[in-house]
Amino acid sequence: MTAIYKRELKSYFTGISGYIFIAFLLLMVGIYAAVINFHYTQPNFESVLGSVGLVFLLIVPILTMRTFAEERRQKTDQLLYALPLSMAEIVFGKYLAMLTVLLIPTAVICVYPVVLSFYGSIDLLTCYSTLFAFFLMGSALLAVGMFISSTTDNQIVAAVVSFAVLLLLYLMTQLASFLPVSAAGSLMAFAVVILLAGLILYLMTRHALLASAVIILLMAALYSVYLLEPTLLEGAFQTAALQLSVFDRLYTFIDGIFDLSGVVYYLSFAGVFVFFTIQSLEKRRWS
Amino acid sequence: MIEVRGLTKYYGDILAIDHLDFTVERGRIYGFLGPNGAGKTTTMNIMTGCLAATEGTVVIDGHDIFEDPKEAKRQIGYLPEQPPLYLEMTPAEYLTFVAEAKGVPRAKRAAEVERVLERCSLEGMKDRLMRNLSKGYRQRVGLAQALIGDPPVVILDEPTVGLDPKQIIEIRDLIRSLGEKHTVILSSHILSEIRAVCDHILIISHGRLVASDTPEALMRRSQGMDHLRLTLRGDRARVEKALAAIAGVETVTFGEPEEAGALAVSLECSTDCREAVFFALAEIRTPILAMARERVNLEAVFLELTDDEQPPAGADTGGEDDEDERAEEPPTLDVDAMMQAKEAADDDSDL
Repeated sequence: MTAIYKRELKSYFTGISGYIFIAFLLLMVGIYAAVINFHYTQPNFESVLGSVGLVFLLIVPILTMRTFAEERRQKTDQLLYALPLSMAEIVFGKYLAMLTVLLIPTAVICVYPVVLSFYGSIDLLTCYSTLFAFFLMGSALLAVGMFISSTTDNQIVAAVVSFAVLLLLYLMTQLASFLPVSAAGSLMAFAVVILLAGLILYLMTRHALLASAVIILLMAALYSVYLLEPTLLEGAFQTAALQLSVFDRLYTFIDGIFDLSGVVYYLSFAGVFVFFTIQSLEKRRWS
Repeated sequence: MIEVRGLTKYYGDILAIDHLDFTVERGRIYGFLGPNGAGKTTTMNIMTGCLAATEGTVVIDGHDIFEDPKEAKRQIGYLPEQPPLYLEMTPAEYLTFVAEAKGVPRAKRAAEVERVLERCSLEGMKDRLMRNLSKGYRQRVGLAQALIGDPPVVILDEPTVGLDPKQIIEIRDLIRSLGEKHTVILSSHILSEIRAVCDHILIISHGRLVASDTPEALMRRSQGMDHLRLTLRGDRARVEKALAAIAGVETVTFGEPEEAGALAVSLECSTDCREAVFFALAEIRTPILAMARERVNLEAVFLELTDDEQPPAGADTGGEDDEDERAEEPPTLDVDAMMQAKEAADDDSDL
């Protein structure tokens, strides 16, 4: 695993993607800090971090698009598979290299609150807990990008899809307010999701019977909930969609609360996508 | 060393390999021969753990590639068809990475990298970016990567494809020297290559193993004719008459002579009739400038065995049948003929 980690980390800095990632993140944090903290002389650095979340939409794909897509295109993935390494080791090696790249600007940003504290009273605890959450949020988004890269052999496709998915996550809170809240509306929305999931399952396994069985089973479960306890479904779809609003979880930290559930949320979000990445690569060996 | 049992692979509904069974013994060079799309790469990918099988097992030195992949993969060095190189690295960096990933202890890594660089004659290139290396050097870096950690088995998928003749000869010499210490499995659709390098040939067609034997034994199986190629100086009509009269000579064909004023003749004989040809031509006072006996061609065996539906045992086909099939498969034979011509000078020392 360390071999993969080292090689990967080095490749970020022999190319330019690592530098772009770090420079862009620092630039945006710098601009927001200059405007909010210096120009408007507000003492809360944490709100800077809250504002620059958008930058991840651009820089996460830059870092993640190559990881697996390029290996596949250059056929170097065959080397990785033939090496005495498990798939999990390969994926973790790559993921940790990305986290290290993210850690570098995070470490630099750690200095900012200290500098600011010379000029006014800064709530250092809130600053650092927000920065910690900011790092976890970046980790979760990198895992999403890595998973998308593992599903294609074209890094441009990986970048564009990652951007679109991150944008969707970014806008999730606003979008969720348009979603149906009535029990019947939720029923319909869940039905659509089940159908889509069934379709994806079919496309991945080419197993029509399995896919239709899963669809029928889930539909039956959904419909029985609707018949027996319709109040359960009221607003349920909206709540489910809001679970995906990765960016808004940061605001709890900005408000000065060290939200342990938020930490767990980010970690599990990252964990799920790392797991998906491993599965997507294993699946490729089977097809 | 390697036991392959009932190996089957479906790509969706397409059957790529069909219940392959074979055993690879230690310290020999095996050649995987088959037309394009026969399942050579698929088999190799499964043996090296790059691909999962639909059915069957591969056991490498007692370690099942599916049950105990790490230990099994430690026994193998693999060079895929396209060398898996990170073009933005130098060979030295790349090989150090592979050595670390293969678990070569830190203290021995530099020496190990040095060893394979020397083995593949790459010392002069070790600090260049692989992006800037020629195809031949990239192939050698790929080979060097397979040799890192000194695995007992080395698997090479079409190691000479796309190289120029000089590079091909160098790579072949390298493979031959590997056979002294390692078990080597290489695939190719070039017959002369397999014949020049391998101790044992596995012929695979449509995902099935159709033959597994030494090159000599395979040639003995051939029912093809003995071919003689002559360069003479003399009168065409008289030569034709004299040659046709020899018992055992089946066909006489005249070709394009290489030198002016000479005759190029090729004969197909059912027996060894070199002496008879000599005396017959001496009688009509026609000097023989050159006479070469072509070894029974492996091509005939190959085509016979890889022929679509015909069962290999009952293949009672004569020379004409082979001719027909040659016409159907020009690419393989063209390449082969070319290779033979280019290797003609080198071949004497090989065999």
